[in-house]
Amino acid sequence: MSTPAPTPDLGPDPLDVAALDAAVDEALAAVAAADDLDELKAVRTAQTGDKSPLALANRAIGALPGPDKAAAGKNVGPRRGRVNQAIAARQAELEAERDKRVLVEEAVDVTLPTDRRPVGARHPIELVQERIADFFVGLGWEIADGPEVEAEWFNFDALNFDQDHPARQMQDTFYVAGDGDKASNLVLRTHTSPVQSRSLLERGVPLYVACPGKVFRTDALDATHTPVFHQVEGIAIDKGLTMANLVGTLDAFARAMFGPEARTRLRPSFFPFTEPSAEMDLWFPQKKGGAGWIEWGGCGMVNPNVLRAAGIDPEEYQGFAFGMGIERTLMLRHTIADMHDIVEGDVRFSTQFGTEI
Amino acid sequence: MPRIVTDWLGEHVELPADLTAEQLAAALVKVGLEEEEIHPAAVTGPLVVGRVLSQTPEPQKNGKTINWCLVDVGPEHNATQIKGVDDADVPAGGARGVVCGAHNFGVGDLVVVSLPGTVLPGGFAIAARKTYGHVSDGMICSVRELGIGEDHDGILVLTRAGFDAADLTPGQDAVALLGLGDEVLEINVTPDRGYAFSYRGVAREYAHSTGARFTDRGLAANLVTPPPPATADGFAVEVDDAAPIHGQVGCDRFVTRVVRGIDPAAPTPPWMKRRLEGSGMRTISLAVDVTNYVMLDLGQPLHAYDLDQVAAPIVVRRAAPGERLTTLDDADRALDGEDLLITDSLAGGRGSRVLGLAGVMGGASSEVSPTTTDVLVEAAHFDPITVARTARRHRLPSEAAKRFERGVDPLLPAVAAQRVVDLLVELGGGTADPAVGDLDATTPPQAVHLDVTLPTRLSGVDYDRATVTRTLEQIGCTVTDAVPGAAMDAVRVTPPSWRPDLTEPAALVEEVVRIEGYDQIPSVLPAAPGGRGLTTEQRARRSVARSLAEAGLVEVLSYPFVGQADLDALGLPEDDVRRTTLRLANPLADDRPFLRADLLSTLLETARRNVSRGLPDVAVFEIGLVTRPTPGTPAPPQLPVGVRPSDEDLAALVAAVPDQPRHVAGVLTGRAVPAGWWGGGRSADWADALDAARLVAARTGAVVTVAADAGTMPWHPGRCAALTLPDGTVAGHAGELHPKVVEALGLPARAAAFELDLGALIAAGGDEPVAAGPVSAFPAAKEDFAFVVDDAVPAADVRAAVVAGAGPLLEDARLFDVFTGDQVGEGKKSLAYSVRLRAADRTLTADDVRAVREGVVASAAECVGAVLRG
Repeated sequence: MSTPAPTPDLGPDPLDVAALDAAVDEALAAVAAADDLDELKAVRTAQTGDKSPLALANRAIGALPGPDKAAAGKNVGPRRGRVNQAIAARQAELEAERDKRVLVEEAVDVTLPTDRRPVGARHPIELVQERIADFFVGLGWEIADGPEVEAEWFNFDALNFDQDHPARQMQDTFYVAGDGDKASNLVLRTHTSPVQSRSLLERGVPLYVACPGKVFRTDALDATHTPVFHQVEGIAIDKGLTMANLVGTLDAFARAMFGPEARTRLRPSFFPFTEPSAEMDLWFPQKKGGAGWIEWGGCGMVNPNVLRAAGIDPEEYQGFAFGMGIERTLMLRHTIADMHDIVEGDVRFSTQFGTEI
Repeated sequence: MPRIVTDWLGEHVELPADLTAEQLAAALVKVGLEEEEIHPAAVTGPLVVGRVLSQTPEPQKNGKTINWCLVDVGPEHNATQIKGVDDADVPAGGARGVVCGAHNFGVGDLVVVSLPGTVLPGGFAIAARKTYGHVSDGMICSVRELGIGEDHDGILVLTRAGFDAADLTPGQDAVALLGLGDEVLEINVTPDRGYAFSYRGVAREYAHSTGARFTDRGLAANLVTPPPPATADGFAVEVDDAAPIHGQVGCDRFVTRVVRGIDPAAPTPPWMKRRLEGSGMRTISLAVDVTNYVMLDLGQPLHAYDLDQVAAPIVVRRAAPGERLTTLDDADRALDGEDLLITDSLAGGRGSRVLGLAGVMGGASSEVSPTTTDVLVEAAHFDPITVARTARRHRLPSEAAKRFERGVDPLLPAVAAQRVVDLLVELGGGTADPAVGDLDATTPPQAVHLDVTLPTRLSGVDYDRATVTRTLEQIGCTVTDAVPGAAMDAVRVTPPSWRPDLTEPAALVEEVVRIEGYDQIPSVLPAAPGGRGLTTEQRARRSVARSLAEAGLVEVLSYPFVGQADLDALGLPEDDVRRTTLRLANPLADDRPFLRADLLSTLLETARRNVSRGLPDVAVFEIGLVTRPTPGTPAPPQLPVGVRPSDEDLAALVAAVPDQPRHVAGVLTGRAVPAGWWGGGRSADWADALDAARLVAARTGAVVTVAADAGTMPWHPGRCAALTLPDGTVAGHAGELHPKVVEALGLPARAAAFELDLGALIAAGGDEPVAAGPVSAFPAAKEDFAFVVDDAVPAADVRAAVVAGAGPLLEDARLFDVFTGDQVGEGKKSLAYSVRLRAADRTLTADDVRAVREGVVASAAECVGAVLRG
């Protein structure tokens, strides 16, 4: 059987398997030869478009007599499928190549700076106070605030420092000037302890309250002192609270601030508003020159006179109070050597701490 | 605070032979006497006794004459060859050659030589050195160089200083001899424990801590010579207190003793000098040194008068108006009616001459002098409050005042006076006068009833009755059954005379716990009943601070002290509320005596400091209290301790404390967006400040209205916004700073700032839960509008008109362009809004959108005269 020359307009005879195979081979060769997506697009048109040999052959099936139709269909259909598959595969191949090339071309220098937005920060003194507040809230305590300019009565008398108490003279107090000769009877609070009496008077008992805040003493600024500093005061008054509960609270607090190794010890001391009174030392493993005890604050059982000044019966209620320096806590915790850094407001200091510590 | 010379302490309590200052400190801190400091040895190295073998005066060109000396410093230290000296001329046994500029010594004198390698007080290291043509191989020391006195008389000649030549050998260690090698512990004594201002008291505490055997040398029974009873011919003393403070007569005990015929030249013995100096006390003369010695030893302040200079009777009285006194420190002082005085009766005028401030400081006139032979000794007991007030008033925290204001044992005067008499007789060759004065109106300590279960109930440690009794007896209390045969759990505790602080059961509890050891207290975390968490205000404050930080601002803290110049720099008008400030009576800096009434008055300075440190892009904020006093507010009442104020008094107290609202303020300068490979960045301006202020308001939940404010300093009148709360309260301002303020503060041009009353915003925000609206999933429609309005019309008004016109379908309206120029005409501007519409229940139709569009255009035309741009 001779092979008729293919006629462009007619395409191969759908019953001529050899002609059909030749058309397929030609198409596959063209697909394989397509080097980019544009070429492949042209090949697709040439080999599968309306005027392509296989499309024409397909169209010619309709004119065949009935019995030949089925055979012709079986000849042409799968062959068209093979060509389409080859085109799709080549398409996928070329697209992958293109994508790869484009992504390479689009590469940037990821080491360029990206700080297009300035970054702010909180002051660590504020952050430590918040952390302390969170600890006490976790214990079920509440957080109280109080004024910084305070009536002398709240700062001293309510806490059992009478006018002539030697401790009242030792506090290096800032006094507010009065009108002419008259005393103002106002001071910048020398400790956060006036919040004890305010809380007792305002909230009553049982009371579990902590108060972080700013306090003032007439110390000149140097590496370890500042006239404006921060303390946290704690007071718990309930039935049957003991010094053991004080120690338990301080130990838990120390662990929260300084890790599981931390612990506290009490040494006998004196404060007018507590009896018994104690100084509290903190076991500080990171102490310069080796682990050791560091003074952390004062504490004790609330003096019955402080309870009486708030109208609370000391026979029925008792409890403990403590206060410690926030700057000291911060300096210990974050190896800050010089108080100037904390108070001068240089943004480079705060920025080291971010927004959580 | 007291310094403890160890061997002196050993006279009261048994000490281990090699007790170090550090061990002593560790023992004392357990019972509450805290270490203040350990003073290191004053002198280290080869400081030795030397005998002057030869002394050759050599006049110098500068007019001075120096002495070239050969000194025998003992076989161990002597040299056999001395540079510049013929070997034949070196004394047998050797010597050292020393150049000395002083002349108050001679051949044969025993002196103190610091050989090379010695370090004298003040870190003064001795080395051999060439001087005046010799090699000086050491130094002959003066009292001053040894740090044991201010004596300018020159070289310390040991035999003249009370040392016996028989006890001295050249080469002997002078560090030990002079007590210069002792480390001395300085302790801190709390105000309740005046008795610890003495060796007697510290020794007692050491015994409590260690169990060492303690002998109480403050008890008459333990004296070698028991104090004699008062005699009728004792030096006449009268107490005439016309103005007792709190009803306490200023003086309740006054013991006088007389010692006659003291040798005025008798020196203070070296052992006493060493102990006094080691305790931080300068030596002056035998009589004064003895009174100081007994004071440090027992805790009883004493005074020695020249008997001839005191005219009987002594009258103890308060000062009269106009009286003055020149005290021992040569200060002429105007006396106050509360000052308690020791006076005598010169020329028969009873109490006419002031001798001293009782318990604080003596006067110059009756002082013992270098010629005094007869001494009148005063050992008295004064009211602590009287002494404290006088010491404070005259700024005289003398050793006597420190003890009296903390409380001195009223049984001590007779014992202490006897000790002084004994020492003056022994060391000064005097004779004790048989006449003894003792005016005694002291009252025995009040007994305290103690429930013996209280120590356990307060401490959480189980103490049985026997332990409670034993510990209290250990500290000197007498413990008896409260009512014999009555309830078993109450005892009657009479504190010892030296513990005036033990007036409450709780104070006795502290003693029990302290003596048994604070380290016995267990650690038990109490269970609080459960709180409500942080308050709305506390949470809002945190949210604001965090938001500002996340928005690129850095939180700082500044001191709240301001001065006139700071307020002037802000350009505040004379009547501005921020000039109504509280003034401190004792400010740290005289030019900043006021408490800030706003934050910017101190925060701007902080911003400037950052800029001046080479940080040009600064965005800082601060949250803090400001003080807003109301002029004419009455001072808070002075009320007693230990009593609940009446409701009226309490209200008066609270009302008298000035308003202290919490503010938040920020300052922005330099670039808000930095320059970089992405472009030139952007400078911070008024809008950044206002945006930060709006952020603050948003975080508090407060609704604020923003409007131009042309009249508030320190802001630019054309670039300042006031933020107003719904009730009309102005919550604060934001915008660019006034150019004059920027210039005055040295800030970069165009710096911007905001300040808001954070408390007011939080209060306005309330804590009602947000009622959430439904979120529609139907499609949105978008419409744009460009309106032309007069330049003067605020954008906020145009937007309000758009919002009003759009009605309930409006989801969002956003200004996306502002345009001025020829196309819109002179005095006009074009504002372009993008509006997003959506319905809750359906897809919007073209009719819906058309209706909204017409509504917006009509509303804008009506409200702000806007014309839709074609």
